[in-house]
Amino acid sequence: MNSYYVQILTVTGINIILAVSLNLVTGFTGQLSLCHATFMGIGAYTATLAALKLGIPFAVALILGAISAALFGFIIGVPTLRLKGDYLAIATLGFGEIMKNILLNLEITGGPMGLRGIPKVTNVYVVYLCVTLVIFSLNRIMHSRVGKSFIAIREDELAAEAMGINTANFKILAFVLGAFYAGLAGGLYAFFFRYINPNNFGFMKSIEILSMVVLGGLGNTYGALLGAAIITVLPEFLRSVSPVIAQYRMVFYGILLVAMMIWRPQGIMGENKVMKRRGQAA
Amino acid sequence: MTLLEGKNLTMVFGGLTALDSVNIHINKGEILGLIGPNGAGKTTLFNLLTGVYSPSRGSIYFKEREIKNLKPYQITRLGIARTFQNIRLFGEMSVLDNVIIGQHCRTRTGVFGAIFRPPAVRDEEKRVKEKAMEILEFVGLAEAAKEKAKNLPYGKQRKLEMARALATEPELILLDEPAAGMNPQETNDLIELIQKVNDMGKTVLLIEHDMKLVMGICQRIVVLDYGKKIADGTPEEVKNDENVLKAYLGAALDKEVK
Repeated sequence: MNSYYVQILTVTGINIILAVSLNLVTGFTGQLSLCHATFMGIGAYTATLAALKLGIPFAVALILGAISAALFGFIIGVPTLRLKGDYLAIATLGFGEIMKNILLNLEITGGPMGLRGIPKVTNVYVVYLCVTLVIFSLNRIMHSRVGKSFIAIREDELAAEAMGINTANFKILAFVLGAFYAGLAGGLYAFFFRYINPNNFGFMKSIEILSMVVLGGLGNTYGALLGAAIITVLPEFLRSVSPVIAQYRMVFYGILLVAMMIWRPQGIMGENKVMKRRGQAA
Repeated sequence: MTLLEGKNLTMVFGGLTALDSVNIHINKGEILGLIGPNGAGKTTLFNLLTGVYSPSRGSIYFKEREIKNLKPYQITRLGIARTFQNIRLFGEMSVLDNVIIGQHCRTRTGVFGAIFRPPAVRDEEKRVKEKAMEILEFVGLAEAAKEKAKNLPYGKQRKLEMARALATEPELILLDEPAAGMNPQETNDLIELIQKVNDMGKTVLLIEHDMKLVMGICQRIVVLDYGKKIADGTPEEVKNDENVLKAYLGAALDKEVK
């Protein structure tokens, strides 16, 4: 296969992991997070540093990256998940900006220059093996007691609490799991592109992941998968149609999202509206 | 034997005293009715007993254990379940899953169990599903198990609220206006159901405006008015209580009971 197509396919796989994991937090559990790319970045930097500075094998470094992202998910989740809706979104936004500035200013992360010379150890097969494992484990979780509790929290937090669900803990759990998968995707990204810098994991990337989930349909894993595939492939497709259209591809992409919000706000495969009205506490 | 006791319960919201030094006790095995005009503080009292609010003053004992600072999920684990006045089901989930969620606090599967599904987890899932079906049979919703909760007709949604509360294996079940919006036939079914729940050995605390229902099945009735307890006794005593007649029941009661 042409290496250009292989690259698109690989990036699609990485984006699928990001989208289905954000869908766990935002689609299933109903917590709007705007720092998903930050967790990806933490995973990417941890895995890279573990491999470059400590000489840890690739597979172990990937898992270390995922674990450290999960750890940050826990640290940020404990204080912020007491907040609801818009307030949580703003807190996650703030966390993302702080982490970006830390990465920009630390010496070990290479500052704005980022880290280069990373060995290329990921390939399309490794990425899709990870995609399969992520989706398999997510499906198992969502069909279990744990996943049902996530959905119950989204549907009605007070009623979930009345059913004996420790809602604070389960929201943190969703956040930590989401961060874990995002960290894994970050490690894959670093070992594929061989160069990372803080701007790869900024607010725009978080929004891009959120767009994938919203386009595909909140609360549906395969919807998120489809959304990730469309948003990754479409700009490349437009580029191949005509270089002129390529210049406007970000415009098309914007129009697509606006049109979705007007005519199909629940996304391609989703059943829930993005902004669901909730009843107030009794 | 006293199952639950609220002493001197006071709840102040800003400048409004919603409950003022209310003493209430619930005996094991009884059906206790809680009545009073709108705004008397009935739902506030429910929210105190279930941990949604913590009382401004006073204390609550469940089986001689102080519970006023516990969170709602902890209180559910101890054995107090509730239904909501304005139905709060998990609308996008199936009827069966709503009842399965009710068993959350009696089960333990975690993330790793969910992913690797060892035999213990499979067994637990099987048990939970069977129990949920049993409960649905009990309330008469078995044939609707696969439907989405939000698609059920109103009366069945009320029953599902009850099924879900029963799934938490409570000793005490608090029903907040279970007959609201029901027609006479549905109300009769409900009376039967509450009686059956009580026969199973569960203690019931019932908020209700439907006098026929309250007078019919409650062994004892507590009356609230403007946040204060004004009467506490058998339906017969309460019906003839001067304060109650003055405050709220008036002549309408006799008519309705007959």
